[in-house]
Amino acid sequence: MERYYQEDMECASRETMLALQNEKLLKQVRHVWDNVPYYRKKMEEKGVTPDDIKSVDDLHKLPFLSKSDLRDAYPYGLLGTDLKECVRIQSTSGTTGKRVVAFYTQEDIDLWEDCCARAITAAGGTNEDVCQISYGYGLFTGGPGLNGGSHKVGCLTIPTSSGNTDRQIMFINDLSATILCCTPSYAAYLGERMKELGLGPDDIPLKAGIFGAEAWSEEMRQDIQNTLGIKAYDIYGLTELSGPGVSFECSAQKGMHINEDHFYPEVIDPDTGEVLPEGSEGELVFTSLDKKAFPLLRYRTRDICVLSREKCSCGRTLIKMKKPKGRSDDMLIIRGVNVFPSQIETVLLNHGYAANYQIIVGRVNNTDTLDVRVEMTPEMFTDNLGEIEKRQKDLVDGLKSMLGLKAKVTLVAPKSITRSEGKAVRVIDNRKI
Amino acid sequence: MAIKQISVFLENKPGTLNAMAEVLADAKIDLRALSVAETKDFGIVRMIVSDVYETATVLKDAGYICSMTPVVAVPIPDEVGGLSKVLKALNKAGVNVEYMYASLGGRSAGSAYMIFRVEENEKAENALRAGGFKLATQDSITEM
Repeated sequence: MERYYQEDMECASRETMLALQNEKLLKQVRHVWDNVPYYRKKMEEKGVTPDDIKSVDDLHKLPFLSKSDLRDAYPYGLLGTDLKECVRIQSTSGTTGKRVVAFYTQEDIDLWEDCCARAITAAGGTNEDVCQISYGYGLFTGGPGLNGGSHKVGCLTIPTSSGNTDRQIMFINDLSATILCCTPSYAAYLGERMKELGLGPDDIPLKAGIFGAEAWSEEMRQDIQNTLGIKAYDIYGLTELSGPGVSFECSAQKGMHINEDHFYPEVIDPDTGEVLPEGSEGELVFTSLDKKAFPLLRYRTRDICVLSREKCSCGRTLIKMKKPKGRSDDMLIIRGVNVFPSQIETVLLNHGYAANYQIIVGRVNNTDTLDVRVEMTPEMFTDNLGEIEKRQKDLVDGLKSMLGLKAKVTLVAPKSITRSEGKAVRVIDNRKI
Repeated sequence: MAIKQISVFLENKPGTLNAMAEVLADAKIDLRALSVAETKDFGIVRMIVSDVYETATVLKDAGYICSMTPVVAVPIPDEVGGLSKVLKALNKAGVNVEYMYASLGGRSAGSAYMIFRVEENEKAENALRAGGFKLATQDSITEM
């Protein structure tokens, strides 16, 4: 039987949800207008006032916020409350440029943790579960968010944070952890290590995993599920909006339900900014309906995905988003072709390799080069050089048909690609453009 | 009487072969024969060793990917035309050799070995016996 953490919201009728969203939006726009001069100026430039916004249908009138706004407004420019009402900050992993700092009131943290609790409950978690949080704790939202959610559900929480793999495995086994929360690449790594230690899926007490914070493919999900003997659920979020739990997967494991009572989604054409009809692929944009300290309106996520209101077998009525194809900032343009790392991962797993790879993009004589470094696995190794080269060529052909590009495939020694305990460094772009 | 060869995956870059050899030396493993097949990026080291299982264990513990492959080892007369005689016997029986390499014959001089990787070990072994060759066994390799 499907369990819900907040059934009235998760299974609300469309009318109830819409009425709630409209009511919250009006209040939020007024709150931002009154308290965030940075955004008020943007609205004034567009000639919009809070009176023009009467329902979510008017959202398109509001200006967008993008990552560059967050950098320009660093650190306090988008703050919506007095600092004395804020109790915490979290910050993005800062792979590019200046860090983004997000502020939270206690209420903001509560609603964030509720979102994570919904995700844990959807993955089958109850107060009888032992939930190990192997996301990093600290400025990164992964650890604190799921930690709070786990407390709300009443799970026994093991705050291992990331790293020290053998200790992680010791806790999973000695304390019979049933739910694991971490990045998918770390889950895969834990699985590999357990296999080395002779632990099969039936020896591992885990039953479910909640994995997010980086793009992963359906094939990688199957791989993790088989190695650890669990159901692997996707979770999605951004520090700018709160952290993990903006959307989460249910028992159907087919797309993630957006907590739309807190985060209102739109899909836009990334080039024109026009709102696209439901079912179209485009850039995901969120409006935070409740958050007071960091109330972002129409924040462009750079994530490319599709929304759907199709009825879900789990009973939730929350709108679903497909797994993002990748961040539009992760997207590589190689010889004019759009390439997402997740596409390369899919091909690797389909050809029998593991998800341990690195993509290196370079430029020689004004032409882009694409090198994919893949670790050799015991399953793919044979004493026959010709056979290995044949498999290598099959992989090149597979990549060619998926991407429309010729890639060079290099087979490298096991464990030679750095394992991430936070986010994987999948792409090295050496082009100087 | 096929014997077991250890095959190891190595990246083709300076120092990898030496690093592997050190692992074997530390475990006091004697090499009886060795060959390397390489591409620009990687290579496969194939070797006949004094202790197959110990070798596989220490290599795996050190993080190498390796496998065991049955091969045929034949002592060949240390004289002109020695190899040709062996190949003739295999050829007559229609045995296709995937690859082969030589061992100079351990600590007892004068007995060189050829190691053959073939598709059908039994067919090759019968052909060689019929040609009057004595085959090496795992035990004889260990004692070399």
